[in-house]
Amino acid sequence: MRSAATPGLGARVTASLGRRACEVTRNVQAGGYRIFSALDRDGPEPAAGQFYMLATEAGWSAEEGRPYLARAFSVADCEPGPEGVRLDFLVHAVGPATRRLCALGEGERLWLHGPLGRPFAPPAELAPVTAGAILVGGGIGIAPLALWRRRLAGAGIPSRVLLGFRDSERSGGLDLFRCSEIKLASEDGHRGHHGHVTDLLEVMLEGDDAGSAAVYACGPPAMLEAVRLLCREHGVACELALEAPMACGFGACFGCAVPLAGGGYMRLCVDGPVVGGEEIETALVPGGGGH
Amino acid sequence: MSVRLCGIELAHPVLNGSGTFDAIAARRAFGDELLAQFPFSAFVSKTITPEPRAGNPPPRLWETPSGLINSIGLPNRGLESFLESDLPQLAELGVPLIVSVMGTSHAEFARLVTGVAAREEVSALELNVSCPNVESGLIVGESPGETCSLLEAVRPLTPKPLIVKLTPNVSPAPVAVAAAEGGADAVSLINTLRATATDPGGGRPWLGGGRGGLSGAAVRPIALLQVREVAAAVTVPVIGMGGVSTGAHAGDLIEAGATAVAVGTESFRDPMAGRRVASELERELRRLSSV
Repeated sequence: MRSAATPGLGARVTASLGRRACEVTRNVQAGGYRIFSALDRDGPEPAAGQFYMLATEAGWSAEEGRPYLARAFSVADCEPGPEGVRLDFLVHAVGPATRRLCALGEGERLWLHGPLGRPFAPPAELAPVTAGAILVGGGIGIAPLALWRRRLAGAGIPSRVLLGFRDSERSGGLDLFRCSEIKLASEDGHRGHHGHVTDLLEVMLEGDDAGSAAVYACGPPAMLEAVRLLCREHGVACELALEAPMACGFGACFGCAVPLAGGGYMRLCVDGPVVGGEEIETALVPGGGGH
Repeated sequence: MSVRLCGIELAHPVLNGSGTFDAIAARRAFGDELLAQFPFSAFVSKTITPEPRAGNPPPRLWETPSGLINSIGLPNRGLESFLESDLPQLAELGVPLIVSVMGTSHAEFARLVTGVAAREEVSALELNVSCPNVESGLIVGESPGETCSLLEAVRPLTPKPLIVKLTPNVSPAPVAVAAAEGGADAVSLINTLRATATDPGGGRPWLGGGRGGLSGAAVRPIALLQVREVAAAVTVPVIGMGGVSTGAHAGDLIEAGATAVAVGTESFRDPMAGRRVASELERELRRLSSV
C-alpha cells in the first residue's frame, strides 16, 4: 500500500496508474440517496473536489447493454487506514449505472480509477482577503463539499454550509458534514428555507462580511449558474465543481467539453471538474443526466 | 510477441486507435508511472489539422447498448502548435510515434505530411480520410478514386510509412486496394460507424454536432468482417480495430489477417487496457501455437 499522507490543502493528487478492483465495505441508505464505501488498497488519499471513475466488476452492462462506460463520482469522504483508503461516494438512483451502484453488496468489487482532476483551491488562493469559505451544495452535488469542509476545518479555515434539496426523496447525506452547522433550503419546503439554496447565499453575500469568504459550489447546472452570477454581482470569488458527460476521466475521449469564457472548450476531466466562476462561459453545461 | 509493421519494430502488436488516448493528458493524470508501463507498443496521435480546431459543441457523447457515439469534431491545436509543443512531449513516451493528419484538400494534406514527416520523432503517418475533399465534395475515404488520387499526391513527399484509416461506412476493400495502388504502406480499420441519437427530452438530435460515430463492443462483429475482407484484398499490412477489449478479440483480428491491432473505446473504461490486451494476446497466441 502507498503512503496515505494527507496532501497539501488544495494540491492535485496524481492517480495510481490504471484501474483497480476495490472491495465494497458498506452501502447504507442516506435519506433518498445511498452512501457506499470502497477500500482502495493501492491508491492515494484524494483531494477534495477530485473524482473517480466507477464501474462494478459484475453486472455492468446488465440493463440491455448499459451501463457500458464507467461513471464519474466526486469523493464525499475518505479515511486512510491500515489496509488502504476508505472512499465514500454519495449516489442517487436515476439511471442504469446509478441503479447498479445503489444495489452494491458488501464484499462486491468495484472497478475504479482515480483520483482525477483539479480539486478545490484554498480560499487564500482565490482572493487574498478571504478568511473563510461558504459552501453551497445542491442535491447529490453536496458530496465533494463534505470532504472539502473537513479539509478546511483541519487547516483551521472556517466554513459556512448552505445546502438545498428539491424534496424529501431527493435529499440526504447531511451526516457526511459531521455535525457542522448547516443552513438548509428545500424547494418543497419540507426542511429549512422554502425555496432555493441560492436565496440563502444571496442573503449571506449581502451581509457585512460578504467579501471575506470564497464561495465553493456543487449541484445542478441551474444552481451553479445562479451561484456564479450572484458571486460575480457581489465581487466574490467562487469555484464550481461541474459535471459533464465523460467516458474516460483522464483526457482521452474529449467528451466533457465545457465552454470557456474566452471561447473554445476545456476538458472538464483534466482542467476541472473544479473551475473558477470566471473561467467558463456558463455553468449550464448541456448533456448531463445520463447516469 | 514483437512484430514489424511497415519496417517499424513493435514490442507487441497492440496500438491505440487515433483519438482514443491522449498520452500527454494521461501522464498528467497518472504521472510518470505511465511511461514506465506505457500500454501501447506505438502511439497514434489524435488527428492533427492544419489550423487549430475547437471541436463540436456539447453534448459530444451518447452511451448506447455496449457502445458509445461520439461527436467530438477533431479538436486539436493545429499543425504548428502540435509540432512545437506536443511532439517533444510525445517523444518522451519511448515508443514509435504515428501521427494522424487530416486535410480538406490535397494542398492541406501535403502541408501536413511534409511538416510532420520532416520530424525525426515521427515513425509513420496515418491519413484520416473521413472528411470531404472541398474540391470534389466527396468524402475521400468513401471513394476509391479520391483515395488513390490523394495517395498519389502525398506519396512522393516522404519515404516514411503512410497508413490510410478506412471507414466502415462504405465497403472498405475497394478503398483499401486503391490506397495500396496509390502507394499506402498499410491500412487501418475500422473508423467509427456514422450514427446519431435522439434527445430523450424532446425528439431533437442529442449530439451538439448532430451526428457522430459509433464505437465500442457493439461494433466488433463489423470490424471482424471488414478486417477479414480487406486483408484478403491487399498485400500491405492491416491494422485491425473495433470493439477490442480482450486478448481473444485481438487474436480474432490477427487470425482475420491483421498484422497489428488497436484498442480504442476500451481504454476509456480501463486506462491500461492496451497492456492488458497485449498480455492476454500473448497467452492466446501461445495457446493457438501449441494446438
